Amino acid sequence: MRMEDELSEAGVLEFQDVYFAYDAERPVLRGVNLSLRAGEKLGLMGGNGSGKTTLLHAAMGLVTISRGRIALFGQTCRSEQDFRPMRGRVGLVFQDADDQLFSPTVMEDVAFGPLNQGHKPAEAKKIALQTLGMLGLEGYENRITYKLSGGEKRLVSLAAVLAMSPEVLLLDEPTLGLDESANRRLVNILQSLPQAMLMVSHDRSLLEAVTSATLQLNSGTIV
Amino acid sequence: MTGLDFETFSSCRGWIQGIDPRLRLLTAAAASVVAVASRHPLALLAMLTLWLAVGFSIRLPLRAFAKRLLALNSFMLVLLIVMPLSVGGPEAFALGGAGWSWPGIVRALTIAVRGNIILLIMTTLVSTISLARLGHELGHLRVPPKLVQMLLFSARYHSVLLDEYHRLLRAMRVRGFAAGINRHTYRSMGQLIGMLLVRSVDRSERILAAMRCRGYSGRIHLLDHFSLRRRDLCFSALAVAMLASLAVAESAPLWP
Repeated sequence: MRMEDELSEAGVLEFQDVYFAYDAERPVLRGVNLSLRAGEKLGLMGGNGSGKTTLLHAAMGLVTISRGRIALFGQTCRSEQDFRPMRGRVGLVFQDADDQLFSPTVMEDVAFGPLNQGHKPAEAKKIALQTLGMLGLEGYENRITYKLSGGEKRLVSLAAVLAMSPEVLLLDEPTLGLDESANRRLVNILQSLPQAMLMVSHDRSLLEAVTSATLQLNSGTIV
Repeated sequence: MTGLDFETFSSCRGWIQGIDPRLRLLTAAAASVVAVASRHPLALLAMLTLWLAVGFSIRLPLRAFAKRLLALNSFMLVLLIVMPLSVGGPEAFALGGAGWSWPGIVRALTIAVRGNIILLIMTTLVSTISLARLGHELGHLRVPPKLVQMLLFSARYHSVLLDEYHRLLRAMRVRGFAAGINRHTYRSMGQLIGMLLVRSVDRSERILAAMRCRGYSGRIHLLDHFSLRRRDLCFSALAVAMLASLAVAESAPLWP
């Protein structure tokens, strides 16, 4: 199909006229158009309840859109089957790290994704250690996740996603609730990562430091 | 940190940590069965001494262990008072019309000693395994994965849930709420618990979504695989010999 070819040239993540509503009375997304190219870092701002988190969840196939199309790496994704193979290539870092870190130890959590990708336990461990090292988290592997500080939890949940070596990172308010030093550390890491990024945040200084442009989501559309 | 501390005993660094956790679980199960099946006072005393010795040799944290002993033995005290009243036999003493019988006292004491032996076994062999490791081992011992995951999720999220509870309760307190015995308290606490349930369901959905984003499709893969070493074999040989001789001594009339 010609349309698919167009998309693959256009970008790694593509929204075309996407509609979504939790309840029919008040639709959250009303005709969202969006395109993210390989290596591009975009910010996404918008008021409370404007649908920023929903947009990220739609991109992962966690909510099913009612109209329009979503394409990942040039491939239109509609069903769970379409999205499942994409979930290693696109990584979503959740707003609340406690949602993301569910294993008792840091090592198990970071190795969870690689194991699901079919890596052998020994490989998964190696990948987890490498990823932790890359984020400056050496020696954290045997820490108990629920005893980590807020900043540490955020970094570990980033490591858990990066361990799957995604090509696109979706970040939901990555610096929310972090103190200044944790914030600086995260900004440095995000700047140095090569992945394409779509980052939801209210923090202008973060978006300026990391992204090349910022989109505005207003009443369900990008303006 | 708020909430339960699961690592009090598992942070203990005795020789027991060198033994494969699977063997410790199996030994604990076998030793408990032997303890429950034994009746002879000498056999029970021998077991009590043996497990006390194990407990001392791995330097169990005494305060935490004393707390456990207290919790168990306060129940046992009630048993010791009530049981001799209902078991027939020669009376040991009578008080205000009620009589305490010798067989009843012996039976209650037997139960109390068995209970303490099992507490010692569980604390020395099982509590010293960290929860993360325990989940793994249960998985390797073919315990249904759903049960293992429930154990691990409870361990992971009890503090999150407790924090949420304290946050809600604090928010109620700063608005002047004080618990009392009245309708308003019951209603408010009911709403608090209802809110906790709703939030937990929401959170569980977010956790599942996060797991799916990382490729989860219903199966959790185990990360660590352990293999038995020589000292593990020595430990199990010793445990089997000990338990077998206790069992034999119990069934054969070897005791005086």
